[in-house]
Amino acid sequence: MAETRHIVLSVNGEERQADVEPRLLLVHFLRESLGLTGTHSGCDTTNCGACTVLMDGRAVKSCTVLAVQAEGRKILTVEGLSQRGKLHPVQEAFLAGHGLQCGFCTSGMLMSSYALLARNPNPTEDEIRTAISGNLCRCTGYVQIIESIQKASALMRKQRARADG
Amino acid sequence: MLPPKFDYVAPKSVSEAIGLLKSNGEGAKVIAGGQSLIPLLKLRLASPTLLVDIGRIPGLDYIRESEGFLRIGAMTRMADVAGSELLRRKYPIFHDASTVIADPLVRNLGTVGGNVSHGDPSNDLPAVTLALGADFAVEGPSGGRVIRARDFFVDTFTVALNHDDILTEVRVPMPKSMSGGAYLKVEQKVADFATAGVAVFLHVGAKGICESAGIGLTAVGPKAIEATKAEEAITGQKLTDGPALDRAAVLAAEASDPTSDIRGTAEYKRSLVRLMVVRALKLAYRRSRSGGTK
Repeated sequence: MAETRHIVLSVNGEERQADVEPRLLLVHFLRESLGLTGTHSGCDTTNCGACTVLMDGRAVKSCTVLAVQAEGRKILTVEGLSQRGKLHPVQEAFLAGHGLQCGFCTSGMLMSSYALLARNPNPTEDEIRTAISGNLCRCTGYVQIIESIQKASALMRKQRARADG
Repeated sequence: MLPPKFDYVAPKSVSEAIGLLKSNGEGAKVIAGGQSLIPLLKLRLASPTLLVDIGRIPGLDYIRESEGFLRIGAMTRMADVAGSELLRRKYPIFHDASTVIADPLVRNLGTVGGNVSHGDPSNDLPAVTLALGADFAVEGPSGGRVIRARDFFVDTFTVALNHDDILTEVRVPMPKSMSGGAYLKVEQKVADFATAGVAVFLHVGAKGICESAGIGLTAVGPKAIEATKAEEAITGQKLTDGPALDRAAVLAAEASDPTSDIRGTAEYKRSLVRLMVVRALKLAYRRSRSGGTK
């Protein structure tokens, strides 16, 4: 039985390579092999969504993906959201709207929100609730998270309008 | 939780995958989206020696109508089923089911083929395929064959696939007459398994007479159940005839075989089936007339 597989993938725009055991989960690869500890390992049972990252543009639970399945794919983690030291509007909005309490679910929430706003720049509250229904927060009751996503949506639309105008 | 050690291979074609499954014996297992299998591996309820990842095989991811069938490739992600305009418009039963399976993150990876091949009585698509009278296209070492949905689900976590078979396509005959379908599910919270689920698909003739009916049940037995007596009872009846719907619903509840667990007592689940069959029949009938998803 082969002990390891060589994988090459893009993480936050950078090419990364490693020899990994086939049983290594993507969340552990990101946190332990690459030191990207912004992605949290919460329930480890495909429930909580704290480990959410984007794989080829789609939000997935990285505790339920093998690192070898991510071979050749583009991964975006919370560390990849800010550009040149400037927070992404989704992060700005969570900060301003206090869309968190303990912060453990936050990186996953940010990634699901980012994926939602990328495909639907102006979501309804129902669409927001559906989009984050795979992400559990045990502190906030979700209200400020939803408001933060609405705020992020408005910020991003404003930025786009400015860029277009 | 670390899964047990296994080897991993990602073949580029179905025939290569079948060869790998055959030559590696019972220890080799197919992984599609992995959303059921990876949790099982972590719990060590499965310990394959080799995972054959069919996710890199081109041409298994599609939703289209051709030669009289709606065809859904086995690797089609649940999110793409949920987002399909064709399914929403013409086969709303798939839209219903795909928007209540697990959560949006799981749906981004979970596949149609995995949902049915896993043989979990709590999965939602088995009941849908039973109601639709779907066929499963299967490739194996000695070539292709077609298995009818009602012959496919054998027992809990057991389907009519040999260890070296691969499900490649789910096929549904394109409805000829006026038709409508619906899938209803009761779950305690988002992403939970169904407490109970009901799938209904109807062909409707003149004056609202039911020409044929398919009724599938989720999570109320050791496997997905086709409520054949209920199907027979409603066939030939007027779909506006309340007592006729009730009679079919009682027969469907009798066909269910639920167990009491954290989601409710067996008696409660049987009443859910009875209630949801009536509602699903009404919704399917309404959709057959409006042609929409309302």
